[in-house]
Amino acid sequence: MSENLLDVHGVTKRFGGFSALTRVDLHVKEHERFGLIGPNGSGKTTMINCISGALANDEGKIVFAGRDITKIPAYQRTRLGVARSFQIPKPFVSMTVLENLCIPLEYAAHQHSHGMELRGEAMEILELMSMADKADVRTSGLTQIELRKLELARAMAAKPKLLISDEAMAGLSNAEVDDILEILVRLNEEGLTVIMIEHIMRAVMSFSERIVVLDAGEKIAEGTPDEIVNNKDVERAYLGA
Amino acid sequence: MNKERKIFLIVAAVLIVGSFLITTHMENRFYYKAAYVVLQYVVLATAWNILGGYTGYVNFGTAAFFAMGAYTAVALIKTWKPPLYVLLVTGGLVSGLLGLGIGYLTLRLRGVFFSIATLALAVVLQMIVSNWDYVGGGAGTAVLKPRSVPMFSNYDEFLFFVMAALAVVSVAIAWLIEKSWIGRGMAAIRDNEEAAECMGVPILKLKLFATTVSGALMGIAGAPFSYFVVYIEPTSAFHLDYAVNSLAMPMIGGTTTWLGPLVGAVLVGTAQQIATVTLSSEMNLLIVGSLLVGFVVFAPDGLVGLFGKVRARFAGKEA
Ligand SMILES: Nc1ncnc2c1ncn2[C@@H]1O[C@H](COP(=O)(O)OP(=O)(O)O)[C@@H](O)[C@H]1O
Ligand SMILES: [Mg+2]
Repeated sequence: MSENLLDVHGVTKRFGGFSALTRVDLHVKEHERFGLIGPNGSGKTTMINCISGALANDEGKIVFAGRDITKIPAYQRTRLGVARSFQIPKPFVSMTVLENLCIPLEYAAHQHSHGMELRGEAMEILELMSMADKADVRTSGLTQIELRKLELARAMAAKPKLLISDEAMAGLSNAEVDDILEILVRLNEEGLTVIMIEHIMRAVMSFSERIVVLDAGEKIAEGTPDEIVNNKDVERAYLGA
Repeated sequence: MNKERKIFLIVAAVLIVGSFLITTHMENRFYYKAAYVVLQYVVLATAWNILGGYTGYVNFGTAAFFAMGAYTAVALIKTWKPPLYVLLVTGGLVSGLLGLGIGYLTLRLRGVFFSIATLALAVVLQMIVSNWDYVGGGAGTAVLKPRSVPMFSNYDEFLFFVMAALAVVSVAIAWLIEKSWIGRGMAAIRDNEEAAECMGVPILKLKLFATTVSGALMGIAGAPFSYFVVYIEPTSAFHLDYAVNSLAMPMIGGTTTWLGPLVGAVLVGTAQQIATVTLSSEMNLLIVGSLLVGFVVFAPDGLVGLFGKVRARFAGKEA
């Protein structure tokens, strides 16, 4: 138990009468590369919303780094070390790309060390993501794909213990996917725990050490990538057979 | 950064001293009255913008906070006639608390629902004040201003000086907020509240800070109002002009910086004062209404944004 960084116990989330998550358990170990997959609408983003605090779960308990975070607001969870990207990009539109990264740097990574000294650190992250040339561009000048990369960069800027990437690679070229996988692997080697939600199977299968599959709000499988590939329930969920 | 702050403080001090010196040299009551109204709008527009422009929550209830400050002062004047600074502090406290309370009750409402709630607040408060006989009820009440005040030749000049100082202080507060981590967090909330919270911004605290500071400044602006008008009634203290102007002036000047509301209030406020004399006071809302529509359609970033664009274009040509 105690070696887990994140424990999700029996989380249920309903929207009106519809149950988007039904008593789902997730256990992510410290330093793990964890994959979360499932067909569209299976509840992956909803799960991330519950973990990050963007939504309040109706039932169940979420424990992060040994602390029950079920009831605490999202900003405190980020400060404790949970950072997520948004599947549908939510940039700070009045700011430049660099300024977008300065918000989590200032508010989560280094609380109360302000202003200019953060810009260097923001720039490092942009360089890592090959976006340095966009530093002073407003987000309205970015393409959809660049906005996705910004999402990931901004989550990294919170300097989290747990990074949750919600389909950050959709639309990227093969080479770009490989670049980002390499970055995530490197950050993981430095100690970061990663939950990857991804539709690009090649990416999530090669990246993850362990995978959980959601279908219609329920966990239907859990195991290594090999076990998942050979799982009949998973095949059925994806093929709808 | 620090040099910028020094310059700002020096300019602020010069403006306050300057407005005092004016009162020792000029004797035209009309100008003081007109200037008072314009300066009052500098305070209101700047206060509105801290919540509306920086944080993205549109307040339709400026009149409620303004009138709360004004009527708090009236109640105090009726009981023990304290000096003006006590009225300012108390008016600010009461309206600041009102802002905090309204913020707490309504800030879970987003967008237009928050705006409607603030509008409702103004209506409800006006009804309460209209039935509160101690401060004159619906018919209003006369307020005797002090006969004299040291260092000033009459009370109107003193009120002008006070409002000038309040305008400078409000703009300085807005400037400080904008340049601080608080201002950056507010901008994140305005841009995307959900993303802001997930990036570590304590959204509820910052929004409550914004409603409180914004409300307090509006209340302070209202505190000297009864001395200024001499006869105060709910329909004038809660007038629609306050809600419309304090929203339109920042929109016309530009909402993302401290400069926008200042420019908007000075230009539109002055135009309204001229129109009141040369045409009629009913023209005020017409002027501001047409300007507002024009700016929303053609220059959504206000005059400050327009100026920036023009400058960028010229710089581009030269390069
Ligand atoms: N805010 C919401 N209100 C109502 N229904 C929602 C909301 N968010 C998600 N849903 C529904 O919950 C289900 C799961 O959605 P989601 O978690 O986004 O799936 P995934 O990310 O796996 O594609 C979908 O049926 C979706 O329509
Ligand atoms: Mg999703």
